[in-house]
Amino acid sequence: MNVDGTLPSAEESRPVATMHEVTMRFRGHTALDNVSVAFQENVITGLLGRNGAGKTTMMQLMAGHLVPTSGQVEVFGANPYENESVLARMSLVKENQKYPEYFRVTDALSAAAMLFPNWDAAFAQSLLADFDLPEKRRIKKLSRGMLSAVGIVIGLASRAPITFFDEPYLGLDAVARQMFYDRLLADYAENSRTIVLSTHLIEEIADLLEHVVLLDRGRILADAGADDLRASAISVSGRSDQIDRFAAGRDLLRREGAGQLSRAVVRVQSRDDRTEADALGLEVAPVSLQHLVVSLTSHGEATIPPSADSADLEEVSR
Amino acid sequence: MNEDGGPIFRQIADQIENAIVDATLAEEAQAPSTTELAAFHRINPATAAKGINQLVADGVLYKKRGVGMFVASGAREQLLKRRRNEFAQLYLRPLLAEADKLGIGAQELTSMINDRKDPR
Repeated sequence: MNVDGTLPSAEESRPVATMHEVTMRFRGHTALDNVSVAFQENVITGLLGRNGAGKTTMMQLMAGHLVPTSGQVEVFGANPYENESVLARMSLVKENQKYPEYFRVTDALSAAAMLFPNWDAAFAQSLLADFDLPEKRRIKKLSRGMLSAVGIVIGLASRAPITFFDEPYLGLDAVARQMFYDRLLADYAENSRTIVLSTHLIEEIADLLEHVVLLDRGRILADAGADDLRASAISVSGRSDQIDRFAAGRDLLRREGAGQLSRAVVRVQSRDDRTEADALGLEVAPVSLQHLVVSLTSHGEATIPPSADSADLEEVSR
Repeated sequence: MNEDGGPIFRQIADQIENAIVDATLAEEAQAPSTTELAAFHRINPATAAKGINQLVADGVLYKKRGVGMFVASGAREQLLKRRRNEFAQLYLRPLLAEADKLGIGAQELTSMINDRKDPR
């Protein structure tokens, strides 16, 4: 970051981790299907998608834990697989990180200190205190939440130029998760680096993200700035017949509700969308990232029970 | 931030504008830094920077190299002027639409406004 607090804009960024036409198959199951993507330097990117969409596979390929069936993976301009100099600049925090049986918390930190050149021991200590982690306890004796916290401490204190957090919060309560987000943001502001974060708790992290890559069934469904993505769709609600009229000829992403009142998420077409919706007596609202991701990846499945729906719509129609 | 309230960078810009309009943030005073805004609102620093940069582009803030962002002279007047221009579109139109729905006529509306304005 510059002295006056401005950050280089996304346009000035350059890709540090890329995939070119990568396909990854596991025994007949295609986890990634001809995917090309570029993660920009010093940007926090959210890697979103449903279970099985390919998020973990993508991160493991970047981190050099897997070799693609076909296509190229490049990190810092080189293939990461078994490449020491690239791997030392990357940290992957996994949901199910395994540690040697006899390890204590402190041993895990010492191991990380040797692995990562930018390791900040003082920062690690303060994070241990933040998360109430008992340094001397054996890792296998830790609760699920504490185990996740160990991964988070290592991921943050490693200060790796690229850090992947693959759903790092399992078992963490809301307070500890907020602690994670706050420490991540504060440290990122001081030591900007490339962060890729996969999570299902989209609402919690939406404001942390500058960029979003949305995966669906092994393909990329969206790859855009978080604000741009949210601005790409609107939610309209009101009388069902008017919703029909409005949705005709538009890209309808999701439709909810039955009978008199409905709500639809449509892709923004032009500046006149709002005027046209107004003219039909419809309420227009921006969509949240979570709502948009659900709309894009639910494949027509009804995920909101009718009762919740009508309650929402009552509020809208008031 | 309110995730349903439009682009976050715009919300950041709006809040700073509000502070300038109600004179919480005086002209030539230093505006909050990107880092402060990001930490306070728990948002990405780049998003906060985008909000700040928008205000710089609008001439509301200006950059003192190596020091930070400051409120431009005349910023308050400029914002007031713009907001007056937007007032009818943003507030009057929905008000009239709702009044129309409820069958509240111009006369009744006027007397409602006068009643509100009267000192209690």
